[in-house]
Amino acid sequence: MEKDTRQAHATRYWKANLRIVAVLLLIWFAVSFGAGILLREWLDQFRLGGFGLGFWFAQQGSIYVFVVLIFVYVYLMNRLDAKYRFDG
Amino acid sequence: MDVQTWTYLLVALSFALYIGIAIWSRASSTKDFYVAGGGVSPLANGMATAADWMSAASFISLAGIIAFAGYDGSVYLMGWTGGYVLLALLLAPYLRKFGRFTVPDFIGERYYSKTARIVAVMCALLVSFTYVAGQMRGVGVVFSRFLEVDINTGVIIGMVIVLFYAVLGGMKGITYTQVAQYCVLIFAFMVPAIFISIQMTGNPVPQVGMGSVLSDGSGTYLLDKLDGLSTELGFAAYTDGTKSLTDIFCITLALMVGTAGLPHVIVRFFTVRRVRDARKSAGLALLFIAILYTTAPAVSVFAKTNLLKTVSDRPYDEMPAWFKNWEKTGLLVFEDKNADGRVQYVAGESNELVVDRDIMVLANPEIAALPAWVIALVAAGGLAAALSTAAGLLLVISSSISHDLIKNVFRPDITEKQELWLARGAATVAVVIAGYFGINPPDFVAAVVALAFGLAAASFFPAILLGIFYKRMNSKGAVSGMVVGISLMLFYMLKFKFGIFDGGKEAVDALEGQWWFGVSPEGFGSLAMVANFATALLVNAFTAPPPQDVQDLVENIRTPEGAPPAGGH
Repeated sequence: MEKDTRQAHATRYWKANLRIVAVLLLIWFAVSFGAGILLREWLDQFRLGGFGLGFWFAQQGSIYVFVVLIFVYVYLMNRLDAKYRFDG
Repeated sequence: MDVQTWTYLLVALSFALYIGIAIWSRASSTKDFYVAGGGVSPLANGMATAADWMSAASFISLAGIIAFAGYDGSVYLMGWTGGYVLLALLLAPYLRKFGRFTVPDFIGERYYSKTARIVAVMCALLVSFTYVAGQMRGVGVVFSRFLEVDINTGVIIGMVIVLFYAVLGGMKGITYTQVAQYCVLIFAFMVPAIFISIQMTGNPVPQVGMGSVLSDGSGTYLLDKLDGLSTELGFAAYTDGTKSLTDIFCITLALMVGTAGLPHVIVRFFTVRRVRDARKSAGLALLFIAILYTTAPAVSVFAKTNLLKTVSDRPYDEMPAWFKNWEKTGLLVFEDKNADGRVQYVAGESNELVVDRDIMVLANPEIAALPAWVIALVAAGGLAAALSTAAGLLLVISSSISHDLIKNVFRPDITEKQELWLARGAATVAVVIAGYFGINPPDFVAAVVALAFGLAAASFFPAILLGIFYKRMNSKGAVSGMVVGISLMLFYMLKFKFGIFDGGKEAVDALEGQWWFGVSPEGFGSLAMVANFATALLVNAFTAPPPQDVQDLVENIRTPEGAPPAGGH
């Protein structure tokens, strides 16, 4: 930390931030464009109560995951801010 | 009490509440007017964003659209919620750290150019005006159906109410009325949905009821029943779509990216105190939106099943009272083509019944024979949804004119007090213009509202994203990207939605075969966005990097510490 310049510190924070965003967006893509659209017909062979699984992802599941994703992001970023002391 | 009395009572009570809040939260500075003073709590901002976002279209039309589109309707569900993930992860925190009043503020400063700012203002005005006209129309329609006043009188009443709290309170008044409006609209949407879910499946949670077994003792799943009824009548199975995979993909993407690029949603994140509050309120906003957006597809299934069971091949004389009531409004049209006195509701030429999709929410409580106060609640909810969105859009229009154009481009020497009065004046003019379009709707309003997302996707989103994540992005690249993106989108819209180059609206259907890559005008925003990115990066590669102070600005917005109060220069 002591040798660290302010700029290098900020750059490392930024890279950690990008990693978090990349992973969460991958999940975002997988549940909506993946399960809800591209794999929908294949997934519909599995049932969740009255729903075909693909149809459920398209009209229900993807939305639940979206909400959870943002709150996970909030949690991870607050932790990252604290670690890099950007939470002042 | 009858429905009429209940409706007057609930609408009057909710209006009195909005006006009371407006008087309590008057704006005394431009900062109050543009960003509600910058100290809104994440919870209040989340509710306000949700009300801002959910318009008359979400409240009245969404469930109906899905009821008739089945699986294809998923594009709206995923598109209009998934955009918030992009907004929360890619835009909101950084724009909050940047800390100014408007979206053109960011574009203008990040790209150190008046041209960029003016292009951004034009895009913001184009998107917001088409949107707001649809809201005023929605207000008029609710008034006319439930209170039996003339549509135009309804629009004027709506104008006066919005004028009162938007002009007096600016963003501050709008924020706290939107919090109240969210509560009204979500209550009004959920109560009938829960009632009907219990009636049809015995499960009080509509999201679960939708996938449950019917409570009529048949042991059949509701969705299977609906699929069966639909195919029997010659329609596509409800859980199967008719659109191509490519088109579904592109429309969903365009709606998501467009959502993240809509200026009236973005500015809401300027009103919270810290960067972490911006992140949290994006999550809360989506949570509040998701409550309605996961219920809507359930309402669609309930309503569609009820409709098919009630009308299909039944004698016209035995139709229930609601059928006759809605026939009077012209939203339900029956024509006995084969003169057998029965209602044939089928796919193709011999269909005898035309059902307007808006009925699905508005008449739903009547179809399910719910109590009078529930029916009245739907009217108050629809008005709350339309008014809250209209107010948010009017603020974008007024700040674009008073702040971005007059203060920052033409007359930088005006005082804050003058700017505040200009903002109020611009809001007044905008309400009057919106009201005019509400009374005399150009027939393209409905079509253009859906395309507004394509326009936002093709213009703002790439410019803002590159501005944050690509430090070397320069002004020439960003401006050419925006111009190419929005021109392509406008061209495609005019060609394939309005048939301008091929002899007008009648030619539109014949042009479907010529769609580029099989993508509809609604989905084209995705391709226009890609064109924007490509142009921007290409031009950027051959032109000089941005000046050092702009690169420092980008470094600065990437870390959350010490975000300046919004509007601080």
